[in-house]
Amino acid sequence: MILTIIGAILILISSAFLFLGAFGIYRLPDVYNRLQAATKSTTLGAFIGIIGVGFLKPEWFLKTLIIAGFLFLTNPVSSHAIGRASCLRGVKPYSGTVVNKTQEFEECRSTKKE
Amino acid sequence: MNIISYIFFTFVIVGTFFAILRIYLGPTAPDRLVGMSTMTTLTTVLLVFLGYFFNRYVYIDVALVYAILSYIGEVSIARYLEGGI
Amino acid sequence: MFIISLLLIIFMIVLAIITIEFNDLLKAVISSGGVSLIASILFYILHAPDVAMAEASIGAGLTIGIFVFALRRTRRWEEEEEDE
Repeated sequence: MILTIIGAILILISSAFLFLGAFGIYRLPDVYNRLQAATKSTTLGAFIGIIGVGFLKPEWFLKTLIIAGFLFLTNPVSSHAIGRASCLRGVKPYSGTVVNKTQEFEECRSTKKE
Repeated sequence: MNIISYIFFTFVIVGTFFAILRIYLGPTAPDRLVGMSTMTTLTTVLLVFLGYFFNRYVYIDVALVYAILSYIGEVSIARYLEGGI
Repeated sequence: MFIISLLLIIFMIVLAIITIEFNDLLKAVISSGGVSLIASILFYILHAPDVAMAEASIGAGLTIGIFVFALRRTRRWEEEEEDE
């Protein structure tokens, strides 16, 4: 009984994480931001959901642990490959995320002189 | 338990809709690849949960095969975009 | 379960139209991977896990790999319309 309650709570948390990750795919402005939403949130949601199914059926726990381990190993590697490919191809980052302190300093100093 | 199943199905299918929208209107090729990667992860979780919903032990093997083999496709497309295969 | 199957069939038709209509070939390869993925879920819902396993392994791994190798040998239609 207690295992069923734990599994249900884990599956609800996982559905919230998966939905927020997929909504971030639609909403964020750039490849790198989208990649961050995709890999972090979706990997955590998938891990929690598969372990939650293992809690609901305790005799399936070993196989669900194997599937969760495979996802946990392969998903960051593929997302790293996508990020490296888009960086080597020359996809520009979104202009709101680039921090250039020296340019800001020069602008500030030139306005102060006048 | 039935209500939780339908909540899970609703959220995952709306998430799949957002991923397909990103595949449709992504400006560059890596955007579409990110949408594809999200869709495969959502599908793996959906397959495991459908195995619980139908109450069959054998059905989980499909999710295991999919979790291993979708990795190969994504990495091969990423290596193609990078330049050398 | 009927409504889930209906929504998945609508998504599959949309992805198939994307595969046929657009000009860039890499887009078509990614969309065909999505079509094979949703076909695998539909076989799974119809209680045929062996067909679903074959569809998943061939559609996800082998078809995308072979198409990408063929795309590497020939060319991707990027010269006519600017994608970047």
